[in-house]
Amino acid sequence: MNPFRYVRASDPQNAIQRLAADAGARFIAGGTTILDLMKSGVEQPSLLVDVNGVADRRILRRGDEIEIGALARMSDVAGHPEIVRHAPMVASALQQSASVQLRNMASIGGNLLQRTRCSYFRDVAAPCNKRHRGEGCSAIGGENRRHAILGGSEDCICVHASDLAVALAAAGATIHTMGPGGAREIPITDFYLLPRDTANVETALHHAELIAAVTLPLDAALANSTYVKVRDRADYDFALLSVAAGLEIEAGTVRAARLALGGVAPIPWRVPEAEAVLVGHPATPASYREAAEVALRGARGYGGNDFKVTLARNALVRALEDVGSPE
Amino acid sequence: MNLPLVGAPYDRLDGPAKVTGAATYAADFSFSGLVHAAMVTSEIANGRILRIDDAEARRQDGVLAVMTHENAPRVHAEGRGFAFALMLLQDARIHYDRQPIAVVVAESFEQATYAASLLRTMYETQPPVTRIEDSQDRYTPEEIFGDPADVTRGDPDGAFAAAPVRLERVYSTPVEHHNPMEPSATIAQWEGDRLTVHDATQGITNVRRRLATVFGIPAESIRVVSPYLGGGFGCKGGVWSHVALAAMAAREVGRPVKLVLTRPQMFGSIGYRPRTIQRISLGADRDGRLRSIAHDVLSQTSTFDEFVEPSALVTKMLYAVENVHTTHELARVNAATPTFMRAPGEASGTFALESAMDELSYAVDLDPIELRLRNYAERDLSEDKPFSSKGLRECYRLGAQKFGWSQRDPKPRSMRDGRMLVGMGMAGATYPVNRAAASATVRIDEAGGVVVRSGTQDLGTGSYTVYAQVAAEVLGVSIDRVRVELGDTELPPAPLSAGSMTATSVGSAVYEAASALRERLRNGEKAPLEARADSKPPEHERYSKHAFGAQFARVDVDPDLGIVRVRTMVGAFAAGRILNAKTARSQYLGGMIWGIGMALHEITSFDARTGRIVNANLSDYLVPVHADAPEMEAYIVEEEDSHVNPIGVKGIGEIGITGVAAAIANAVYHATGVRVRDLPIAPEMLLA
Repeated sequence: MNPFRYVRASDPQNAIQRLAADAGARFIAGGTTILDLMKSGVEQPSLLVDVNGVADRRILRRGDEIEIGALARMSDVAGHPEIVRHAPMVASALQQSASVQLRNMASIGGNLLQRTRCSYFRDVAAPCNKRHRGEGCSAIGGENRRHAILGGSEDCICVHASDLAVALAAAGATIHTMGPGGAREIPITDFYLLPRDTANVETALHHAELIAAVTLPLDAALANSTYVKVRDRADYDFALLSVAAGLEIEAGTVRAARLALGGVAPIPWRVPEAEAVLVGHPATPASYREAAEVALRGARGYGGNDFKVTLARNALVRALEDVGSPE
Repeated sequence: MNLPLVGAPYDRLDGPAKVTGAATYAADFSFSGLVHAAMVTSEIANGRILRIDDAEARRQDGVLAVMTHENAPRVHAEGRGFAFALMLLQDARIHYDRQPIAVVVAESFEQATYAASLLRTMYETQPPVTRIEDSQDRYTPEEIFGDPADVTRGDPDGAFAAAPVRLERVYSTPVEHHNPMEPSATIAQWEGDRLTVHDATQGITNVRRRLATVFGIPAESIRVVSPYLGGGFGCKGGVWSHVALAAMAAREVGRPVKLVLTRPQMFGSIGYRPRTIQRISLGADRDGRLRSIAHDVLSQTSTFDEFVEPSALVTKMLYAVENVHTTHELARVNAATPTFMRAPGEASGTFALESAMDELSYAVDLDPIELRLRNYAERDLSEDKPFSSKGLRECYRLGAQKFGWSQRDPKPRSMRDGRMLVGMGMAGATYPVNRAAASATVRIDEAGGVVVRSGTQDLGTGSYTVYAQVAAEVLGVSIDRVRVELGDTELPPAPLSAGSMTATSVGSAVYEAASALRERLRNGEKAPLEARADSKPPEHERYSKHAFGAQFARVDVDPDLGIVRVRTMVGAFAAGRILNAKTARSQYLGGMIWGIGMALHEITSFDARTGRIVNANLSDYLVPVHADAPEMEAYIVEEEDSHVNPIGVKGIGEIGITGVAAAIANAVYHATGVRVRDLPIAPEMLLA
């Protein structure tokens, strides 16, 4: 770990100013991701600005919306009665993330900004476009069992690591930020950026911009939702693949659908085309299989992860069956 | 011998010290003037170092020394037998990923770690060979553990050719790393030519002997201390490079030096279970009676040293078959030297053999237990000796009963629980009884306090507790009057804690010393009094000595997602006298859970292009977590064995993992109809 300075910000503006003044500075909240990256040499910040205490930790219901303060801990959100009741896929995604100890420490804002688990990204001895633009992607032609089948490029085939982000993408959440240029509201599907030829740029966030809150619009499909996570061991494991799915069903017909995949792409992968296929169709396995076909259109493996195309299709059907059984 | 209280489920005597943090593990010791070393390891797997630029590192505050191949003192790094060759910065050659290439010493841990990260190494890289299939350098080792590498009994080829039922299958097991909770750690300090080492080791005597060779000094001038270990599983059995590097660094800076391996370095130079490719051929009659077994093992070793994974040793003796052929071949690859890992040979070998037996049970349409009973070895045909005792038949019976084996419908894919496919599988477990020379003293004072001393070590298995039990029992005192001192070369010598032989060897010595003390007390001698035993195994063994067991597993398989979860496990083990039912149960259950990891999770992955390990951390290298541990129990099959050794103990540290991977793979086949012959079993292997 490199030597670095540490300060505790007094308020949001102070935090933003300190970061804006130092291109090498980073925010720290729960610290569960940044410290790990510093120890492995991937991140070498000159300054850590502690934002604990400067942003909100509250979870509030406001009409048809739930607002989650960026500093809420994963465990706060996972167990919150309004979330459990109105957004079960969000609660479930969090409950299936990390370990109890990490969930008690890690903030929601930090969770959304965690970096990929690609082992080449985390090994500073390996070439990686995400760390150093132009070095190449070691996962292409390498060990890529856990890598992307959708949305990758010749520059990067990593997968995004957050379960929460997948559920929030399906839910159509909005990220609220504060920065040197003022406040912004960014739909989560615009927040994460595909690697294309700039794998080092991962989000729409500017330097010194701080996530303040996440809002979640409530609807019937979100209330009837689930999160299916496929992983090699039973707990404390990143998703090999995951599906967040919600359906509003009326008289056997799908009225609204919310669908996103995790572990398949460099960003949480919402599938609006598959959602569109479902709407107006009967809530039956045949419809679910068709939606899965549409969702996986264009998917491709890189050798070690070829199986993910079949697995994703099956997991999507499974998740839809879980929330849309005929009974 | 009558020892009624031995076997009682006493709590560990060292438990309170461990849970309160009072127990001092190797890295917990502190000394005046202690400084810290950080080891730097190579980023390539084949080639040579052109240059190491250490200027920036040397400029940092607190840095005392940077040791590389250009300035390291000359020492004796070469290896022989199980004293593996060490990488002690003697030349520029790189043989494998994460080979030590430098040591940085600084006043603080942080300074050393940071300075180490500033070294810039230029390499000349050659393409590595990491897969044994790709290796051009294959050979048959001269021997394995003193046994021949190739063994033939009867006419295996002829018997196989003539057998009505023939089965030929290839199985493989991956590279696995031990990953004990406690990383390897050494503190070395010199006083003149005398060296004291606090080391996380399974063998203080071996560390002493090895360091004497490395530095060319008498063993008597070296003291090695190791009171507690946070697990070892074999990776702390050999003496590895970091131990000698710490001592070299300590001599260079003239201060005590602490060197603790990082978790990624635990995938470096401390050994691992090598990859195996195993071909099994079974020839049988239609009623399942075996006519022949052939077991050919190819495993990996390093380009510069030798370790053989002896997977076929079990095959020589497990079944009553006249015609046997077993071979072991090695392939050199650009990886570190492999080593013993919990049940070396037995864990990997029983996966292949007991999977093949399951396949045969389907080929001859016979219950897997019945198939094994039809081939039950009443005698060890490989050594042509009777078994000292063999409770395997009872293990099959008791295990099957406790597990509910009779509920199994043998047809694959026939049992369901909701949408889950349910499978039930079983396999045999076996481990030899080993014993080596060991010494112990037992002393009693006027007040009746007893002290047991032996230069053995407690891996965390319960050694402190069981020796107290043995001494208390023999002397007729309560266990809280007994203190046990271990883990110091100043104590009477004892062997490596490996091969499940600590209880058999040191247990026998403590028993003999306590018995001698009791005789002298009975003869009227007065306390304070001390007796010593130098206990040795007999030169000629009249019996074949093995522990046996049976493993049963129920798995649920999600047919759409390929996820396998073990729901129930039962093990039944016959391993002679059990010294402590509680610590024994921990050993068995721990071994069985380790077997779940072997079956479903554990694999060290290499990038074939660079030879670099890509998952050298506990996030990517998966081991079972609590949620993976099923409803499980280990049953003790009582066994009295008066032949095996003075206390009738067979050793239980390793048998618990043997057979587990096969039992789970067999259950997966039963659930799905898919036979997985390559570990670990992954979802992609089971997707329709």
